[in-house]
Amino acid sequence: MTSQVSSTAEQADGSVVGEQRKAAGAKDVRRLDRVIIRFAGDSGDGMQLTGDRFTSETASFGNDLSTLPNFPAEIRAPAGTLPGVSSFQLHFADHDILTPGDAPNVLVAMNPAALKANIGDLPRGAEIIVNTDEFTKRAMQKVGYDSSPLEDGSLDGYHLHPVPLTTLTVEALKEFDLTRKEAERSKNMFALGLLSWMYHRPTEGTEKFLRTKFAKKPDIAAANIAAYRAGWNFGETTEDFAVSYEVAPAAKAFPPGVYRNISGNLALSYGLVAAARQADLPLFLGSYPITPASDILHELSRHKNFGVRTFQAEDEIAGIGAALGAAFGGSLAVTTTSGPGVALKSETIGLAVSLELPLLIVDIQRGGPSTGLPTKTEQADLLQAMYGRNGEAPVPVVAPRTPADCFDAALEAARIALAYRTPVFLLSDGYLANGSEPWRIPDPEELPDLRVQFAQGPNHALDDGTEVFWPYKRDPGTLARPWAIPGTPGLEHRIGGIEKQDGTGNISYDPANHDFMVRTRQAKIDGIDVPELEVDDPDGTARLLVLGWGSTYGPVTAAVRRLRNAGESVAQAHLRHLNPFPRNLGAVLGRYDKVMVPEMNLGQLATLVRAKYLVDARSYTQVNGMPFKAEQLATALKEAIDD
Amino acid sequence: MTDADTLLQLVPKAEGKQSMKDFKSDQEVRWCPGCGDYAVLAAVQGFMPQLGLAKENIVFVSGIGCSSRFPYYMNTYGMHSIHGRAPAIATGLAASRRDLSVWVVTGDGDALSIGGNHLIHALRRNVNLKILLFNNRIYGLTKGQYSPTSEVGKITKSTPMGSLDAPFNPVSLAIGAEATFVARTVDSDRKHLTEVLRQAADHPGTALVEIYQNCNIFNDGAFEVLKDRQQAEEAVIRLEHGKPIRFGADDAKGVVRDRRTGDLRVVTVTPENEAEVLVHDARSASPTTAFALSRLADPNTLHNTPIGVFRSVDRPVYDTLMADQLDAAVEQNGKGDLAALLAGGDTWTVVG
Repeated sequence: MTSQVSSTAEQADGSVVGEQRKAAGAKDVRRLDRVIIRFAGDSGDGMQLTGDRFTSETASFGNDLSTLPNFPAEIRAPAGTLPGVSSFQLHFADHDILTPGDAPNVLVAMNPAALKANIGDLPRGAEIIVNTDEFTKRAMQKVGYDSSPLEDGSLDGYHLHPVPLTTLTVEALKEFDLTRKEAERSKNMFALGLLSWMYHRPTEGTEKFLRTKFAKKPDIAAANIAAYRAGWNFGETTEDFAVSYEVAPAAKAFPPGVYRNISGNLALSYGLVAAARQADLPLFLGSYPITPASDILHELSRHKNFGVRTFQAEDEIAGIGAALGAAFGGSLAVTTTSGPGVALKSETIGLAVSLELPLLIVDIQRGGPSTGLPTKTEQADLLQAMYGRNGEAPVPVVAPRTPADCFDAALEAARIALAYRTPVFLLSDGYLANGSEPWRIPDPEELPDLRVQFAQGPNHALDDGTEVFWPYKRDPGTLARPWAIPGTPGLEHRIGGIEKQDGTGNISYDPANHDFMVRTRQAKIDGIDVPELEVDDPDGTARLLVLGWGSTYGPVTAAVRRLRNAGESVAQAHLRHLNPFPRNLGAVLGRYDKVMVPEMNLGQLATLVRAKYLVDARSYTQVNGMPFKAEQLATALKEAIDD
Repeated sequence: MTDADTLLQLVPKAEGKQSMKDFKSDQEVRWCPGCGDYAVLAAVQGFMPQLGLAKENIVFVSGIGCSSRFPYYMNTYGMHSIHGRAPAIATGLAASRRDLSVWVVTGDGDALSIGGNHLIHALRRNVNLKILLFNNRIYGLTKGQYSPTSEVGKITKSTPMGSLDAPFNPVSLAIGAEATFVARTVDSDRKHLTEVLRQAADHPGTALVEIYQNCNIFNDGAFEVLKDRQQAEEAVIRLEHGKPIRFGADDAKGVVRDRRTGDLRVVTVTPENEAEVLVHDARSASPTTAFALSRLADPNTLHNTPIGVFRSVDRPVYDTLMADQLDAAVEQNGKGDLAALLAGGDTWTVVG
């Protein structure tokens, strides 16, 4: 099987998109520049695993890719129901791509609920592979199909492949000593095999994965591999699948280097490990499990041999409390959470502002308010990160733009926290957290140096000449106070949440001192050195600037690309630093007649830039738990251009 | 070598001889004149030189409340944090810095009301913390509302017709929360307080010391029955490990187990029942008797109030276990290699 894949891939070199030809076998092979596949099934059908495996195969083949896992908050919602549908969308291409795609070209529907929940997203002409075994009268009635959509003509506009996936899987595994129920469980691997054949994916990776995953149950490993191969062979032999497709590696899309596929939460975890190494400090994570942030806790817990301490606290407050305690002791301290957890941590973040200790608060945003949509994405915590504390409590905010960018954003957040002795928000979201893309693996030697100096001795001379240590005597450049950790002789000092006298850090209720300290803390954050905002305005004639932040980068860039391909002029800028803003942001905004800010909230960044720069920014918003679609954004931008 | 020896050795010793003065900070103490906190501060400052630890390796962490101003007055490292969270903050510090002696100062509102969750979880984890719980059975800093240790029916500003809720018994709570060291002492009894502090400091893991502390402004005389020499003789039961539990004038009273219920009760000791008087075993693996002792006092009159160390048992310390896992991970997988981590398993190369 493997040799077939590689040989067809080689033969395809140099051929033209859309060209059709006969491969070594009898079947047609068609060349495509990109494909969007969506796997959909019941929560228990293993769709996330299937998607992950297809992604790994695609990554190792060298396509550019972008993924969108989409699953319910319930672990096992009632079987066969619409709320129980779990899906995984993958977009892969022979060129660089930016989003998981607007509309799938192929839907794999493991049951009637999966078909019903996803059919609305499919353009006419799309291919649909359905597991006919699950289309029983009862299962169809459960989701409101009065007649079978496979037979009543309602799918006439699509290219339907009815496949009895369950039966075929059970048949393929009859040699194995498995119950029917156990054998049925491998139907996702049969589907994966079929799709792997359709798109000429390499297979060794998945077989190796299955052998490792079920190392302790070799029978199960063998059964899954058999089902996977049976799916492949089914595609190869059955009449129904007359065509297979090639999507060539995206060699030209990537700078030279060694690549891997990586999700946002994994990249963020690695960024934290790397930041600790670059700062030469132990990493301490205080955290309480919460979707969609828990994977970072899980990942960091696996790396104790890097000196990483992970503490699963009794609640969100203790998670950040322990992290703050570790920061006082000289660790690179982190707490990870999502929106509701941030609400609980607010008071401690305020304390960290007052103590002026380095601390990273990682917020993997999800739909809100309250419990909201735990497994869906949103960007509605921006104002909470900016202002969600009592008193004047400024906190820097850094936001990654793509899954792989979570690595660099974590390093940048750590740089600011350490250099300025301040809590820093790292605002990722559910889309970045679970989505994945290729990542050029950095050489550790090229990572930034994040080392800072602990205070070693007295830093102030009293009038009588006595040398003393003042915990709030600031560096004149950064306004950062010294970081004096316990265990350092002669620097014993007390810090707390009560207002402190400038310099000495002693309790002070003096009105003028409070005014000074509030303004100084603000000035420290305002003065943080952040890179200038880059503007992408190729022909310099654009009158519309689209300003994004965080995970909208992919869809916004894709939309801008579409418009430019259609001959429109549009400028694009994307913010990594939300607090402080890049110094040139006001000037950039002033250069354009119109500014549009797309956000997955009700206009929070738009509110900030309108307030700060008096610019009449237009807000374009969506809060449906899903990322923007490129087409939709392109339409909105076109309307703004023409307006 | 015991766990206790190991843990204490991790904290560097003071080089020269220390005195009480070394532990006084330059800050003016701002408690109300006559507050019991002064006595506790003096006792702690007086006790610290006995410990002989380098003072830069000692940290006091507190929450919010009158007692939580304590760290400002100690010439060590200190953090005056936020309401109820000191055990959580101290946990992160202790777990990441085993070379520190970490003390938590808290009150009945701070530890048992807003911070109840952190307290019980610190106790069950057995983090190497020494928690001093100043219990004055009232809210002082907010000017006199009832606290979670106030007696039922307490008339305060927020309960003009009397408080409705049953109080916590901090010692019972701590034992229920799997604490390995639980003690009670009284602010005015410097000798007893110091002895309990010494035992707490020696204990590997979390030590909870409840200190009955007088608030002379909002709850004056709350513990008078335990302090007035004549009344105290009949009210206070001094627990000493390995000794029969007897008290009162001429040790006339003793604690025995009720054979029918298994509960404890106070009897007048006679030659017939003398052999039945319970011998205090703070190191008993089972917390049953320690818990029964914690229930002996009358919550209203405070008669039959045991003080001293109720329970002191060894259990693996959280910080030690955490450090051991880090060592084991290095042993099993080698020291972390960032380049290898970032590369992972499945990679592909793009050639320029």
